Amino acid sequence: MRYSGLKVIWEGLTGNTGWAPAWRDPAPKAEYDAIIIGGGGHGLSTAYYLAKNHGMTNIAVLEKGYIGSGNIGRNTTIVRANYFLPGNSEFYSHSLKLWEGLESDLNYNVMHSQRGLINLFHSDGQRDAFVRRGNAMINQGDDAILLDRDGVREHLPYLDFEQTRFPIYGGLLHPRGGSARHDAVAWGYARGADQRGVDLIQNCEVTGIDIENGVVRGVQTTRGAIRAKKVGIIVAGRSSQVAAMAGMRLPIESHVLQAFVTEGLKPVINHVISFGMGHFYISQSDKGGLVFGGDLDFYASYASRGNLPMVEHVMEAGMTLMPMIGRAKVLRSWGGIMDMSPDGSPIIDKTHVEGLFLDCGWNYGGFKAVPASGWCMAHLMATGESHEVARKFRLNRFATGHLLDEEGTGSQHNLH
Amino acid sequence: MRLTCPLCGSRDRREFHYYGAADYLHRPAAEDAPDAWDIYLHLRDNPAGVVRDLWYHELGCAQWLIVTRNTVTHEISGVALVAESAK
Repeated sequence: MRYSGLKVIWEGLTGNTGWAPAWRDPAPKAEYDAIIIGGGGHGLSTAYYLAKNHGMTNIAVLEKGYIGSGNIGRNTTIVRANYFLPGNSEFYSHSLKLWEGLESDLNYNVMHSQRGLINLFHSDGQRDAFVRRGNAMINQGDDAILLDRDGVREHLPYLDFEQTRFPIYGGLLHPRGGSARHDAVAWGYARGADQRGVDLIQNCEVTGIDIENGVVRGVQTTRGAIRAKKVGIIVAGRSSQVAAMAGMRLPIESHVLQAFVTEGLKPVINHVISFGMGHFYISQSDKGGLVFGGDLDFYASYASRGNLPMVEHVMEAGMTLMPMIGRAKVLRSWGGIMDMSPDGSPIIDKTHVEGLFLDCGWNYGGFKAVPASGWCMAHLMATGESHEVARKFRLNRFATGHLLDEEGTGSQHNLH
Repeated sequence: MRLTCPLCGSRDRREFHYYGAADYLHRPAAEDAPDAWDIYLHLRDNPAGVVRDLWYHELGCAQWLIVTRNTVTHEISGVALVAESAK
């Protein structure tokens, strides 16, 4: 079924009786050409691009819960391409271009809104760093505009510019940055993959990976054994557990990152704002809720919920930046499990097992990468070669020293 | 979350700095192969369950602690001084 405005109006007038499920609910077959472990954003987009770009349609996505139950439904929905390092810059630039064509490609409204992202700076040194970053973004072909304090004031008059601790010196505006509806991204890719013949198998947890003589043969699941010529592990915070089934020990530590949403308010915040000094970022959803988040809780965790000190810190940061939100009531908070890599950058690579591929290490920035991660992982799984914009996301870079340390803080688990 | 420091008693989580897995106690020698340093710095078991990790009692006795903790429930089952443990 093709979605359109006319279809919505027609269904509205005829009692909404003509809608069909957006994807099938198939039982697993005995064998596939490729299996994707993990039905999150990255897994679904990988399946979609395997089918669309590489003509591989005899594939299955195995999801232990339901589609959209993991980090794809737990993030703060920011889409941007404001990276600095060669290796990251071209990858996120590619991802943003995919975002810009995503809705027509998927025939699905993911509510991608390029409302502009503003990164605030608070010192001369930070300004210099942002000038440099902005130039890198422009050199990559993306957009960046340096705003002075008055420039920021024109966009964001409600900020507390005179605060003594972090006075606002200006901001780096990334006009093509913005947000999208995270669930819709999962649903859109799921529907697109399903329409191309991909089997989306939910409530199917992988319990083992079958390997013979260094070649992957398939997986064991809670719904039986499934043979496959190629297997991709795309399971975010659970990467260490699934990779261990193949005898691997990963450079990954899983941490909890909290996010928050307030009651619905009238439109008040028109941009995505990032306040790096307070580890705080905020935007307003189309429903009206203020969506914001902070930093990691900073201890390894699989609990999907955080602790109160970080809640307090995030609220303090928000009040420091924009006291006007003080009367808004927080409706919900939640935590997602982040697959933190030592240098803060991801991994899209082969493994020591032939036919087994790995896509992980998205830290706290996986949402904006969903299109390009799937695009590049599909390229790797189909051709055996790294895609040119993901060629630095190697698994062995920690051993060889070819790090992608975007924050410049070092390459150790406690530093990002 | 509260940790019971062997020297200071039950204290708020905010008094402590989390450093990472107890793997950090096994520092290779300077002349060891790069692989040993890769294992020490980067590779982790990262279990969903009971883990031993290092915390520093920054706003207390300034002791390094080994905390036995469940990463799924956040339950803490033991806190010991690194200085007195067998590592």
